[in-house]
Amino acid sequence: MITTMKCDLLVVGAGPAGLAAATTAAQQGISTILLDEQAAPGGQIYRAITSTPIRERKILGDDYWHGESLLEPFKHSGAQYIPGATVWAVAQMTVADATQGFEVGYSVAGEARMLHAKQIVLATGAQERPFPIPGWTLPGVITAGAAQILLKSSGMVPGKGTVLAGCGPLLYLIAWQYLNAGIKVDALLDTTPPGRLGKALPHVWGFLTSPYLFKGLKLLREVKAQVRIVKGVTSLEALAGPAPNDQTLQSVRFTAGGQTETLAVSQLLLHQGVIPNINLAQAVGVEQQWNELLLCWEPKVDLWGGTNVSSVSIAGDGGGIAGALAAEHRGRLSALQVAHQLGKITAAQRDAASVAPRAALARAVQGREFFDTLYQAPEQFRLPTGDTIVCRCEEITAGQVRETVSLGCPGPNQMKSFLRCGMGPCQGRFCSVTVTELIAQERNVTPQEVGHYRLRFPTKPLTLGELAALPQTDDSKKAVIRLKKPV
Amino acid sequence: MTEHAHAAPVIIIGGGLHGSSTALHLARAGVHALVLEKNYIARHASGVNAGGVRTLSRHLAEVPLSLASREIWLKIQDWVDDDCGFDQNGQMRIAEDEADVATLRARLQTMHDHGYTHEEWLDADEVRSIVPAITPSIQGGLIVRADGSADPYRTTRAFRFKAQSLGARVIEGIQVQQLQRSAGQWQVQTDQGLFTAPVLVNCAGAWADKIAAQMGEPVPLDPVGPMMLVTTAMPHFLDPVVLGTGRPLSFKQRVNGTVLIGGGRLAYVDRERDWSELDFRQLAQGARTVCDLFPHMKQAIISRGWAGIEAQMPDGIPVIGPSSTEQDLYHAFGFSAHGFQMGPIVGKITADLITTGQTDLPITPFSIARFQTGAPFLTQEHFHG
Amino acid sequence: MYNRLPEAEQALALAPVIVTINGKAVQCREGDSVAAALLAAGLNECRDTAVKDVPRGPFCLMGICYDCLVMIDDQPNQQGCMIPVRSGMKIERQHGAREVQA
Repeated sequence: MITTMKCDLLVVGAGPAGLAAATTAAQQGISTILLDEQAAPGGQIYRAITSTPIRERKILGDDYWHGESLLEPFKHSGAQYIPGATVWAVAQMTVADATQGFEVGYSVAGEARMLHAKQIVLATGAQERPFPIPGWTLPGVITAGAAQILLKSSGMVPGKGTVLAGCGPLLYLIAWQYLNAGIKVDALLDTTPPGRLGKALPHVWGFLTSPYLFKGLKLLREVKAQVRIVKGVTSLEALAGPAPNDQTLQSVRFTAGGQTETLAVSQLLLHQGVIPNINLAQAVGVEQQWNELLLCWEPKVDLWGGTNVSSVSIAGDGGGIAGALAAEHRGRLSALQVAHQLGKITAAQRDAASVAPRAALARAVQGREFFDTLYQAPEQFRLPTGDTIVCRCEEITAGQVRETVSLGCPGPNQMKSFLRCGMGPCQGRFCSVTVTELIAQERNVTPQEVGHYRLRFPTKPLTLGELAALPQTDDSKKAVIRLKKPV
Repeated sequence: MTEHAHAAPVIIIGGGLHGSSTALHLARAGVHALVLEKNYIARHASGVNAGGVRTLSRHLAEVPLSLASREIWLKIQDWVDDDCGFDQNGQMRIAEDEADVATLRARLQTMHDHGYTHEEWLDADEVRSIVPAITPSIQGGLIVRADGSADPYRTTRAFRFKAQSLGARVIEGIQVQQLQRSAGQWQVQTDQGLFTAPVLVNCAGAWADKIAAQMGEPVPLDPVGPMMLVTTAMPHFLDPVVLGTGRPLSFKQRVNGTVLIGGGRLAYVDRERDWSELDFRQLAQGARTVCDLFPHMKQAIISRGWAGIEAQMPDGIPVIGPSSTEQDLYHAFGFSAHGFQMGPIVGKITADLITTGQTDLPITPFSIARFQTGAPFLTQEHFHG
Repeated sequence: MYNRLPEAEQALALAPVIVTINGKAVQCREGDSVAAALLAAGLNECRDTAVKDVPRGPFCLMGICYDCLVMIDDQPNQQGCMIPVRSGMKIERQHGAREVQA
């Protein structure tokens, strides 16, 4: 039987934001626990940084290896690290003893546990934006982020017949990393609309003075020199085999400049940006708002990552996409605010200590508006039609969703009840933004008005057996079940 | 909106199943009610309950209503042009130990004493043959073979749309603020203007006590959040709905393979913010019950949990019938954990009261007046079934 | 099909982890996830869905899509991308809504 742990600060997520937050907090003398799902720290952006088989640094590049700088300070900070831990509930109102703060339910190796924390920093990061094209559920189609994980964690690269498709710097980054490893993909199908550069140009000053500029241009040049890039792709379909029961990826069909072409592929790597992973934040009660530029839901946070839920703050991309460098500075800022709220430092001390991270944060986000405008996922790839799958888990199509709106389903929660859309194990992570936008389009209202799935615990599935074995307190055993049946 | 549209022969506050059912029955009688719903139809209890269509285990006072409602369920397609996902695989209440056996035997005796034969005893072998996946140590149970379950959201919507097709009106996203009676008309002040009707029906669920209070007949309504868990799809292993006896449980496998686990353990709810927080230690107790009874469920994956906000009355039965303080006001609320199956008949009862002044079903035990007298309205016999 | 870079191949050669995938013995690198091992073995598919019985394979590799569900050591619904390979592990394709064994 594991005893219930206690801490002043729980940080969820060991990416740059979480590592930095936990480090800063622990350095302030705050008893800190860092929980993370993966077996090793780094989150997704610095995935496998302590264990990657790729020793040759030039392959993954400097931006990746920068993540190492977060590890030593964390190791020596005094924060406790629990890897392989999946948080599935955070309780405030149903706790046995309110003086202990939150009760957090999490599982390690199939065993459910609880811990108590007075403050929580959620650093659950980002996820790939859904990319609902026809055939996106075919085996052989994975996200570019997934391909990066294979590269970083396992030193694996795709074989013959590989195409990258979508928009955003990550596609070029991974193409470049592959080139460094001696792998050339067959094509990079870029869906950035041709007129988009003009739209982004008003923001270019920020980009020109940002640290991303030279790195970005050099990378782009190298990729363009060696990989076939098709620009202005307006349609994309992943196709299965010619045989009627062959349901695995065989080719990708695309249109650009009025011409349609089909390429035989075994691997199709899709990416059109990342969006915040909001499930845990939303289940805890954090208000969400629709970001009009990034076209996604994001938690409402203040300058310290504070939210409408007392003692819950958010750091990193989970609070709005701003990139890995921004994430670590935001982590430090939330930790400083937590230190102040726990009475370890005065407001003046907090403000003084925050000067450097704030300046660093400002530098880190310079140029983002340019990128975000340039690489905004195009409408036709966010708003599918017909038989294109919207809800991967329950296999619901865009046509079904659109038709259901016209039958009087005004929002995603009704959609759940009607179609089971969003009711599968991914808990809406890969369909939420699509469903919100489809409903908004069909009803001709804003996504903000349409709203999002109402999410509750568990924020990650767990087995009934795990839940059943949760340690009980005397109070919970004696709790009166007030809803009585007649005997 | 025109002046004309703000008036209706009947205004129903609350667009859950009871409000929608009342609208349907009124519409069938040619009375075109207006339903005012503060969120959207079936947003609360009606959309998220376990969907149990049961006459089993009813409070004695509810039995005649429940049996009458079952007649509607058996022909639900004719009533609302939708089968509502109703399947009749039976409802069973199981005895885990001797204490449970005694409880159920006593219950069965009470049913027989009152002339009700819908509940049948099952011995352990019979239980195991109907539910092979259940723990071998099961001791027996009660069953109603003609019971079953349906899709609550779909059912409520079906009632709503059928009512509308017959002339009822529904406005969603409208908040009732004040109620006043003047010159034989109900003045219903909302955040979208004033509506008037000679007759008012209170189907406001977990908020119905606010209306009752405004009418000078306060009730001790408790807004509660019974919790539900649902699993990912599993191969079919269960036909009837299974209810617990000594330990609370409601356990059902839907056609799509997912398993619904309820039992009435309560979440924290804030009815002003439409907010709930699941009590996962309580859910763990429920999970233990399930795993004890159905050992293979240890590996079932819980993909979601939720809690509706429902109205519970202290004596466990709802409020149905005319107001005790005002003319032309009717109540139908307080159904938490036992309202779904009764929705079809309660709407008919209310509609009959409005159109004819009477109902042939025994609704005296449900009178709102019972909360005003000092002595309990119901005898012990009613409580212990 | 995914291939291992030389460094990863060397690590595998030095200390291979041997699992079975659909009955066939496969060598993996210690630290690979089950999903990665499947992809390296040339298998894009790991299961058939419960609703429409169509094949799926790993998609996000970060534990949130639930498409990489496989049978591991006779246990269904295991997220392949979140579980590292282990010597002697039995990995099998998952068909539809899996039977849960008592």
